[in-house]
This record gives sequence, C-alpha cells and structure tokens, in this order.
Amino acid sequence: MIVPYSQVLILAGTLFLLGLFCTVARRNLIMMLLGVEIMLNAAMVALIGGALRWQTMEGHALVLFIFAVAAAEVSIGLALIVCLHRGKASMDPGAYNALG
Amino acid sequence: MTLHAILFYLLAGLILGTTALAVTRRNLVHAVVYLVLSFFGTAMLFYLFGAPLLAALEVIIYAGAIMVLFLFIIMMLRVDRSPEPLFPLRQGLPALGVVLTYLSVGGLMLRGGAPDEGALATAVAEPQAFGLFLFQRHWLAVEIVSLLLLVALVGALHVSRRAGSEEKEEEEGAA
Repeated sequence: MIVPYSQVLILAGTLFLLGLFCTVARRNLIMMLLGVEIMLNAAMVALIGGALRWQTMEGHALVLFIFAVAAAEVSIGLALIVCLHRGKASMDPGAYNALG
Repeated sequence: MTLHAILFYLLAGLILGTTALAVTRRNLVHAVVYLVLSFFGTAMLFYLFGAPLLAALEVIIYAGAIMVLFLFIIMMLRVDRSPEPLFPLRQGLPALGVVLTYLSVGGLMLRGGAPDEGALATAVAEPQAFGLFLFQRHWLAVEIVSLLLLVALVGALHVSRRAGSEEKEEEEGAA
C-alpha cells in the first residue's frame, strides 16, 4: 500500500507547474529548455503512477518513448542554441526576433 | 501510514524542493546540478512504483546523458551570469496568468472530486516481462522511435556543420 493515485497526480501536477513557470518566466534559452525537461519528467511520474493504478505496462512503454523523444528534443534544441549563439552571443530569447 | 507512504512523501519533498531550487537559480550550472538531484529522486520514485528498468534508464539517460549535455553546452558557451533580474517584469504577467489558469483548473478538478479509492498496491514490472510486452505490443513504435533518434542525430550534425561552414565561407570572403 503506497498512497492514493490522486496524491501522485498532485505531485506530478505541481512538478509540471514548476516546469511551466520555468519555461514562461525565465528569459534564458537554456533555462527554458530545462523547463521543458521538468514538464516531461512530471508527465512520466503521472504515467508510472497510472500504470501502477491500473496494473498494466502501457504506461511504462509510453515512458520509454518519452525518454527517446526527450533525448532527441534536447540534442536538436542544444544544437540550435549553439548555432544561434555563434551569430549573436546572447542567451536572451528576445534578442532573436528576426527571421534569417 | 505504511513505510511505502513515508518513502513516497520523502521522495516527493525531495523532488519538489530540488526542482524549485533549480528553477530559481541564477547560475545555470547550479540549476543543472539541482535538477540532477531531482531526477535521482524521480528514479527512486519509479523504483518505489515498481519500474526498476525505467528507474535505471532515468538515471542513465536523464541524469546521465541529457544533464551532462546541458553542462557541456553551458561550459562551452561560457554563459555569464546575467545581471538582469531573475524573473523580469515583462514576463511576470504572462507567467502569473498561466500559473493562475493552471491552478484554477487544477482546483476545479480536485473539487470535482475523485472517487475515494484505496491506496495503490505495490507491484513490480520485471525488466524481462516489460521487454517482452514492449516488443510484442509496441514493436512498430520502437522502430519509429529509433528512426526519430537517427533523424535527431543527423539534424544536430547538420545544424552544427552548417554554422561551421558559414564561418569558413565568411573567413574566405574576408581573405
């Protein structure tokens, strides 16, 4: 007996809120990417809890795919940040407001 | 309160505390290190919820690979500590709006009330059973994800190489 599923959802929701706040409020490209990671992590917590709640492994499979998607997202995102940094040497997303 | 429940509350406190510290750090390296701690806590939570393989993968991929990649990029770009405020006012209103919307929807959901269900029973998904399940039921998704990782690898290489070649062209043009 661990805890009711609603408490797991509250934990995941609070974690998601922290990630959302980090993505919206910080003006730093790397911190925004970290916020996205925190949100993915919160989704994984909810999925694993749900897999335990309904005694099925579908949630575990989905979490494995989230790992792969997060790895791909971070590699592309950081490559883009490095590419942008070569041009303007700024971490502020507001500095990049022109196409091309 | 059982031992499992105490462990859950301890881990929940650890995860939320370290994540909140990470979000509010000005120094990016400190933020990443606090987030590594948070991911270790999440891995232990996965183990508590009966997913030992995913707990190991969380440590290897999230805390290991992804966060080290972040550290590598932060140190490579020499991101200085920005003198501007941590949470600029320009972002304050949208952030407040998003947070209030989120909290009100969450509050409504809580008030709607989940049916009073008992505590979660412990169970363990053995790695062997999980692997069989994954390759019997989701083999196509595994193939698609492997393709996605390949595309991400090629894309990252292309993005970084294009920037490099542009610099070379500029140097050649200047010469």
